[in-house]
Amino acid sequence: MSNTYQAGVKEYREKYWTPDYVPLDTDLLACFKVTGQPGVPNEEVAAAVAAESSTGTWSTVWSEYLTDLEYYKGRAYRIEDVPGDPEAFYVFIAYPIDLFEEGSVVNVLTSLVGNVFGFKALRHLRLEDIRFPIAYIKTCMGPPSGIQVERDKMNKYGRPLLGATIKPKLGLSAKNYGRAVYECLRGGLDFTKDDENVNCQPFMRWQNRFEFVAEAVSKSQEETGERKGHYLNVTAADPEQMYERAEFAKELGQPIIMHDFLTAGFTANTGLAKWCRKNGMLLHIHRAMHGVIDRHPKHGIHFRVLAKCLRLSGGDHLHTGTVVGKLEGDRNATLGFVDQLRESFIPEDRSRGIFFDQDWGSMPGVFAVASGGIHVWHMPALLAIFGDDAVFQFGGGTQGHPWGNAAGAAANRVALEACVKARNEGRELEREAKEILTEAARHSPELAIAMETWKEIKFEFDTIDKLDVK
Amino acid sequence: MTGTHEMGDYQTTVTLETFSFLPKLTQQEVEAQINYVIAQGWTPSIEHEHPSRAFNHYWTMWKLPFFGETSLDRVLDELEACRRSYPDHHVRLLGYDTYTQSQGVCFVVYEGRG
Repeated sequence: MSNTYQAGVKEYREKYWTPDYVPLDTDLLACFKVTGQPGVPNEEVAAAVAAESSTGTWSTVWSEYLTDLEYYKGRAYRIEDVPGDPEAFYVFIAYPIDLFEEGSVVNVLTSLVGNVFGFKALRHLRLEDIRFPIAYIKTCMGPPSGIQVERDKMNKYGRPLLGATIKPKLGLSAKNYGRAVYECLRGGLDFTKDDENVNCQPFMRWQNRFEFVAEAVSKSQEETGERKGHYLNVTAADPEQMYERAEFAKELGQPIIMHDFLTAGFTANTGLAKWCRKNGMLLHIHRAMHGVIDRHPKHGIHFRVLAKCLRLSGGDHLHTGTVVGKLEGDRNATLGFVDQLRESFIPEDRSRGIFFDQDWGSMPGVFAVASGGIHVWHMPALLAIFGDDAVFQFGGGTQGHPWGNAAGAAANRVALEACVKARNEGRELEREAKEILTEAARHSPELAIAMETWKEIKFEFDTIDKLDVK
Repeated sequence: MTGTHEMGDYQTTVTLETFSFLPKLTQQEVEAQINYVIAQGWTPSIEHEHPSRAFNHYWTMWKLPFFGETSLDRVLDELEACRRSYPDHHVRLLGYDTYTQSQGVCFVVYEGRG
């Protein structure tokens, strides 16, 4: 490259397409699924994505010559076909670590999914995966507690945790809401949850909700002898109110609060996670708005990237979809990002949508939360799919029980424990599901009735966003 | 089975975490769980506590965790010895997992008379 300044527009590929480049261990790597405009060569489109998400501008500028852009530029280093899609292709880009502020997923996302997504040479663009170098991961705090610490604090071992979102999700008074919480917890759930829509509306102000819920939690603990919690939603209009709510939850002696990381934003989430670490509080994370970002197979950000970003930003639980329930999600793809939440090293595995080896080092793990449209009949499959480090949340599947919340909770707890016991005995959960549950129901009228109530309910729709596999 | 049209009343009960919602495990079922701990390579360990103090995180350890123990009978003998020494206490079996620094299994084998 000449070091004399010549004004004008150059082809991106001259500088940003580097097929011989061998990525460094410290590089941040990204895989995009790209659909270009007709007529533009793939290498040019790939280079444009690399340029626009790193140091490039559409025109050459004189001040480029004041720095060493060879050191700072992102490089498109590989192009691959997308199986089953003749239009789209994968672009792999390596970014030098010094392009990003330490400990800031906000900064990473602003670069990688910023202006480039509106770039005219592209019809569609989807960020499929990011490989965060361990050097970068070490600059992030991550989950305030993580799976191991949460198990110790809550005294829950050898099984998934059980929860429920309180219903109806909007409109209950604080006292009636606390009643629903108490009934679920006394029946055997470990946690109940504020619906994500519940913040501080006229029908139930947050102070009132927090106080009644705190009484429900402490009474159920006294009566059952088990540790319980309710995810108090502190998501608020501004950070000051968010922290005020978090402080009050702590003052009431509550173990866990919750936050919506996408609608509230990563800055708010990272701040709250740090507050939780400092104050010994667990943090449950909801993911409202993710469907807008991750559902289209050709455009947006895959949820595995959002899940990785959340683990870096901080959270002890994250919703992942259920695979078996009514919500979107392909089993292998879900298991792929569930691994990203919980494991310390995940090897590249295209059959799970994992494009890179990912080393998380010592970063704590995040519980996967399966919630939405599930009931006792799903329990064997849920345990087989998610294993122990998960929270299963049955909202309607607890509170829709003919005898009420407590009986619904007990039904779920009996079913869960029967499945765990059967698995440990070496039985095959999914194949023997019916026998395992039927056996357990012989000793539990609550479970027998739950099985009768939900026996016909299935939610089986085809997945919209499928993995790209041959 | 209770009829589905009849409304039931759910009574709150004191429970002791994992497996406490199932009927008391039979000897054979307890053995299966111990075998699972051993097969996973976890360390069996026994703890006991008076029911009035069962809510505490720490129960009293029975001897030390049985590092490297792979004999089902040895673990059963220790459970029995613990129960004989503390007949009023709950006795629980744990499986320590060194990789996760957590317990892969933890359940009460004998409920104390308190």
